[in-house]
Amino acid sequence: MATLRHLLGGAATTGGQAQFLGRPWGAAALRVLAFVAVMAAVQLAFCAAGKAYCLTQLTMAIYYAVAVIGVALVMGCAGQVSLGHGAFFAVGGYTSALLTTCDLSAFQQAAWAAWLQSCRVLVVRPDLYGGQVMSVSPWAAFVAAMLLTLVVACVIGYPSLRLRGHYLAMATLGFGLIVHKIILGSALLGAADGITGVPAWRLGAGLALTGKAPDRVANYYLACGLVLLLLVVLGNLVRSRVGRALQAIHDRELAAAVMGVNTAVYKLKAFVFSALLAAMAGVFLTHYSGGIGPSEAGVLKSVRYVALAAAGGMANFWGVAAVSIVINYFSLRGWFGSYDQAVFGALLILIISLTPEGPLQPLGAWLRSLASRWFAKREAAHGPA
Amino acid sequence: MAALVGLLVGPSLRAAETAKTIKIGAIFSVTGPAAFLGAPEEKTARMFIDQLNAKGGLLGAKLELVLKDSAASSEKTVSFAKQLIEEEKVLAIIGPSTSGETLAIKNLCEENKMLLISCAAAETIVNPVARYVFKTPQKDSQAVIWIYRTMKDKGITKIAVLSSNSGFGAAGKKQLEDIAKTEGIEIVANEVYDRAATDLTDVLTKVKSAAGVQAVVNWSIEPAQSLVAKNMKQIGLDVPLFQSHGFGNRKYAEQAGVAAEGILFPAGRLLVVDELPRTHPQRRLLAAYKRDYEALYKEDVSTFGGHAYDALLIITEAIRKAGSTDRDKVRDAIENLKGLVGTAGIFNFSPTDHTGLALDAFEMLTVKGGKFCLYKK
Amino acid sequence: MDHGSLALQYLLSGITKGSIYAVVAIGFNLIFNATGVLNFAQGEFVMLGGMLAVTLTHFVSLPVAVTGAVLAVTLVGCALELLFFRPLRRHSVLLMIVITIGLSIVIQEAALHLWDEKVRSLPYFTGNEVSSVKMLGAAISPQVLWVLGTVALAVVGLHVFLKFTLQGRAMRACSSNPEAAMLAGINTANMRTLSFGLSAGLGALAGCVISPITMTHYEMGAPLAIKGFAAAILGGLGNPMGAVVGGLLVGVLEAVAVSRLPAGYNDVAAFAVLLLVLFVRPHGLFGSLAAEQAREC
Repeated sequence: MATLRHLLGGAATTGGQAQFLGRPWGAAALRVLAFVAVMAAVQLAFCAAGKAYCLTQLTMAIYYAVAVIGVALVMGCAGQVSLGHGAFFAVGGYTSALLTTCDLSAFQQAAWAAWLQSCRVLVVRPDLYGGQVMSVSPWAAFVAAMLLTLVVACVIGYPSLRLRGHYLAMATLGFGLIVHKIILGSALLGAADGITGVPAWRLGAGLALTGKAPDRVANYYLACGLVLLLLVVLGNLVRSRVGRALQAIHDRELAAAVMGVNTAVYKLKAFVFSALLAAMAGVFLTHYSGGIGPSEAGVLKSVRYVALAAAGGMANFWGVAAVSIVINYFSLRGWFGSYDQAVFGALLILIISLTPEGPLQPLGAWLRSLASRWFAKREAAHGPA
Repeated sequence: MAALVGLLVGPSLRAAETAKTIKIGAIFSVTGPAAFLGAPEEKTARMFIDQLNAKGGLLGAKLELVLKDSAASSEKTVSFAKQLIEEEKVLAIIGPSTSGETLAIKNLCEENKMLLISCAAAETIVNPVARYVFKTPQKDSQAVIWIYRTMKDKGITKIAVLSSNSGFGAAGKKQLEDIAKTEGIEIVANEVYDRAATDLTDVLTKVKSAAGVQAVVNWSIEPAQSLVAKNMKQIGLDVPLFQSHGFGNRKYAEQAGVAAEGILFPAGRLLVVDELPRTHPQRRLLAAYKRDYEALYKEDVSTFGGHAYDALLIITEAIRKAGSTDRDKVRDAIENLKGLVGTAGIFNFSPTDHTGLALDAFEMLTVKGGKFCLYKK
Repeated sequence: MDHGSLALQYLLSGITKGSIYAVVAIGFNLIFNATGVLNFAQGEFVMLGGMLAVTLTHFVSLPVAVTGAVLAVTLVGCALELLFFRPLRRHSVLLMIVITIGLSIVIQEAALHLWDEKVRSLPYFTGNEVSSVKMLGAAISPQVLWVLGTVALAVVGLHVFLKFTLQGRAMRACSSNPEAAMLAGINTANMRTLSFGLSAGLGALAGCVISPITMTHYEMGAPLAIKGFAAAILGGLGNPMGAVVGGLLVGVLEAVAVSRLPAGYNDVAAFAVLLLVLFVRPHGLFGSLAAEQAREC
């Protein structure tokens, strides 16, 4: 399983660390710079070519990548499959959508409403038809969404991760279905039509999280910043004691337990953190698209996250982010047409087949040797600077 | 790097509407949970465009259909709508197939002044009226009124309502509940079932246990409609079954087999075109559509495909009347369309009515000997 | 309708759905028993069986069509195992779960493009859409009796196979201790292929026999697979009788939920119970914890 990390780029991780022992920041800083450079270049190219609208799909793909990285964390580090991350995405997205679109104007005169307004938890904003409506502010809704996700993830994760085996797969599958059916069955959550009309999220300093055309470039960089921050944090995590413990659990759980690593706690923390990531992606994307639908909570969506995490190399978060952004971008632009779902399935099978344990192992090995040769050349060119 | 960017930017480097082509965008759920809606809609749309182009196109230009498969997911619909508006710069968008997706892009299209002719049925699509948003299916409320009036003719006053948890089902349920009071119908049982249900005997048992049920109304658009018919007979619930206009597909009657006999439902005249008098204004159009579709695709027509036909008909007629491809002129022309013969009925638009179909767009149909035919009292 | 026959009718409709879940769960359980793999593609075998049988009925009679479909899907199951699972050098269960997910998606999409999105069904084996067997004021479709019969046949057949035939005993040996089985000269790889094939065949048979009740369409696999898992887990993974009991229990639970709650939440109730069982007694009603733990590799 550890060998999955070496898929197409993982070699750089180990190569970098080996070369820069004692100075682990070198390779990491290089990756951050490369990421920023690529994202900026892409944006400038799109705008120069007059195709700034492509940034919309790219931004959406980046937000989905945040959720996929969460799934990769659980799969690569805790060695468990989570088939319910779509549901966590939905929990975050629906909570924020519901709170920011509900109309509490009826209670405007109540004392508690006035107090909440002064704390800026409740805000009055103009609605689409010229009236005024009082709803929860996006900041407060975000916090509420995160808290709810935290609680739910603990409830689901705690019993499932105590045991070894695929209980998490079952539990998350069941959880995902429950959330999906509850959404479909409740008029409050918009049932099959979803919630629309979610307002923009003013983040201060003139930046608003919204999908409208004038804010497109700013939102693109916001999304890039978010995912970059996440990758840096996870990179540090992987290099820390926690990361080593997770790696030990991944490789040989029994041995790790014998060595005194509290495997259950680490797995639970990884799961809860990944659930929070999915929920955060849900909140951000809901504000960006101005709405959310029940398809986000479905099993098919969760399975897509698993496919992308597996394709990216699971524990190789940069690879996961890259693969996820590219494939989701093409999917959102409709490149795969009616074969969209099949592409994800085929991707899953293909990637697994190319791993050292897979049936297409010789092809996979050849691709990896190509990759490590290319990375070795790059390392040599930059030298132990 | 340049190659990568070029790849990302994609192959859609065609210029926007030139004098030679008129681009119409379409978002349908060709695959996924609403495939029985989107697949016939897509086929119909392609057939319409090909036929029109074969006759020389419109205003001397060829029509081009830019079709996107949304698989009934609203985030894809939003993404495709933005693409069609900003990138492809289409003249109008037809579809989406489901109400949820339409509502997700209603404000987007209105803000960007993009014509949207939806093939979904929810009343909230056109109420409140958005200037650029229209829809082609008949109003749910009109279907409900037909059902209730037929019930009253038969002396039925107490009914059970079943609906699926899809957008179509939820919208129908609301209309059934709202209109029941004014029409003097009492709903004694009201259940929502999962659209992917494999067996509905338990739900129907609950209905059977409610006292005094004289008829059952089932409002869904999925194959579960056939299940309701079969299961009712199997557990011995022998009351008349009314379906919604979502039953308008021969396959559903086929699947229900013997249990489909006597089902009553309102629908457009497409399904009974052979019974229409020769002088009926819709007869020629319906017969031609049915003949061409069945010859080309070797499958039965359904009313769902007809909604896409009507959407394209409306746009092309409006372009002809306006004599231009300027979006605002076309929009005004649509609002002034009167007496336009379509598959679902005869359309009369106005600034306050963006559906265009009245009560007479429907006929009450029934199933006899496995075939659809007009219901005669 | 008086109380007694009402309750009986709910029970019968619970058994209707439960029998469908049970017949799916048996196949799922078989693969898990023999290989430790959670086969997410099991529902697709059910779908394929039904679809193939319907297509074949245009050319041959019903029994021949069903047999043909079962045989064809058995071969498909064996082929999938040979292609994707045999070459795996290290049998990481996580990898295998992920592969079965991918296979399930690909098979579903292939079915969409091979056939189309329309529903279809086999004719009722006996009777038709309105026939019903009446008992004590309640009624059930005769097709459900066929499903129950198939379930019984499968359970008995598997029992006989596993206990009294050489291949069956070899399969049991592989599942309880793969290394010892290999040392004893049993070809564990062939056993895996056999179990996949058998499970696929069982799934196809299930697909044929439930087709008149549920109607067959390309998307039916995934929801059935999920309910099948729920059933197998409730009953206890590794125990074929448990799968049957689990399936019937899930069906009856749903019927009870419908009688008490709004009907749209019956799935929620079933899965909530599943989650509860997972948390409190992960090895299900009839499974054993030791067998579960031993499976992890």
